[in-house]
Amino acid sequence: MGSDLPEKGLVLLSSWPSMFGIRGVIALEEKGLEYEYREEHLGNKSATLLRLNPIHKKVPVLVHDGRPICESLIILQYIDETWPGADGAPCFLPADPFARSQARFWADFIDKKVYDAGTRLWKMKGEEHAEAKKEFIESMKLLEGELGEKPYFGGETFGFVDIALVSYACWFHTYDVTGGLNMEAELPKLMAWVKRCKERESVSKALPDPLKIYDFLLSLKKRYGIE
Amino acid sequence: MTSEKTSPLKLFGTWSSSYTHRVQLALKLKGLEFEYVEEDLSAKSPSLLLYNPVHQKVPVLLHGGRPLAESIVILQYIDETWRESPLMPEDPYERAIVRFWCHFSDDKLAGAVAAVFRTTAEEQKAAVAEVHQNLAVIEGELREGHFKGRRFFGGEKLGLLDVVVGCGSFWLSIFEEVAEVKLIDEESFPLFHGWLRQFEAQEAVKETIPPADRLLEYAREVRHYLVSLSSQVKATSDDSGRVNVDPEEDKDG
Repeated sequence: MGSDLPEKGLVLLSSWPSMFGIRGVIALEEKGLEYEYREEHLGNKSATLLRLNPIHKKVPVLVHDGRPICESLIILQYIDETWPGADGAPCFLPADPFARSQARFWADFIDKKVYDAGTRLWKMKGEEHAEAKKEFIESMKLLEGELGEKPYFGGETFGFVDIALVSYACWFHTYDVTGGLNMEAELPKLMAWVKRCKERESVSKALPDPLKIYDFLLSLKKRYGIE
Repeated sequence: MTSEKTSPLKLFGTWSSSYTHRVQLALKLKGLEFEYVEEDLSAKSPSLLLYNPVHQKVPVLLHGGRPLAESIVILQYIDETWRESPLMPEDPYERAIVRFWCHFSDDKLAGAVAAVFRTTAEEQKAAVAEVHQNLAVIEGELREGHFKGRRFFGGEKLGLLDVVVGCGSFWLSIFEEVAEVKLIDEESFPLFHGWLRQFEAQEAVKETIPPADRLLEYAREVRHYLVSLSSQVKATSDDSGRVNVDPEEDKDG
């Protein structure tokens, strides 16, 4: 491919506040893989990014031996299938097809509902904001219900849905402030799960400081002239 | 934990929904028997609400009494449970490519096609342009990209991506006639056109997709309704299914 990418090995093109990119970091760290992390500045995307993901022009992009893989959930599955667990079976997604289908369903739910409602919390005002707040909390409560009494969404082991959702954890403070919420009070079990996940090195390494995320949002809003 | 492969299969769907067709086609390709239940989306059955409380949409597949929702999730489940005649490739990179294009098809292409159907005048022109843009991307992949030289996206036989893209694509010629636009002319998209004709000629596909005249009639009704709606307010998607404005409303995955 391009001369600026190594022929062999792993490169992750990402952006530090991106929950999607954070998923990639967690996955690579969980598997103990060597990789190069490259920060993309989304107001000034690199030629490499535009060449590797011409259709969406988005991060994250995982490059493996020169070949790009785009979209965070696709990247997670790729990593899981390429570097399977000890017994040869992937370890982010469970072995059983029905359990896998449930994991995929909830990851899809997270991307449809949480991202959209969460974004509207800081973008919208008035009635639309109230609507977003309602949807956000409803979605999070559904997820909390799905977690139930399990230590992780994956059951006893940290897995696909855990990675998909915990990547949003650094944004929770921002959702609290912009949404006028108190997630700690409304979603105690979920917050306990976040704490549990953060005990994992992969997660604590991947998640930036929530206050920095909030600062990032403020500068983003300024840039786009959103009040 | 897993339902026995021989446990009964029951599919809740709607006859016009391409998302339902995907599952029907996949089950046929695997040679699987299933019971089909037609849902009335303006009056959703208690079963549907029970089995898909989160989205309340079709298709829903019940296997040994356990429900699955979201068509692409369902397709992968079918492929992973009945491993003969695989729909997904073995290689992880190939699999990532299939997943990427499934998402592109649902996100970009289907969205633009629905917009063409829903709108008129300037808005429709813009939507048509978007459809062409997205088709050009796929045409490019068939011509010189990842799918170069292949009969189907899956190779010599239908694969998961063929099922996903194919089941929506028959709407293109229906919409062309009803909305009076040109979407997929053979000159601009020769390879896509060729692929679609081959897809439609497959026995399993012929058994799955409803007859054109029935689809045309349905599409005309919906188009008439949508155009009259858009001249008042902008049509929005409605969770209750009361306003079944869009054949792709049951969009999932």
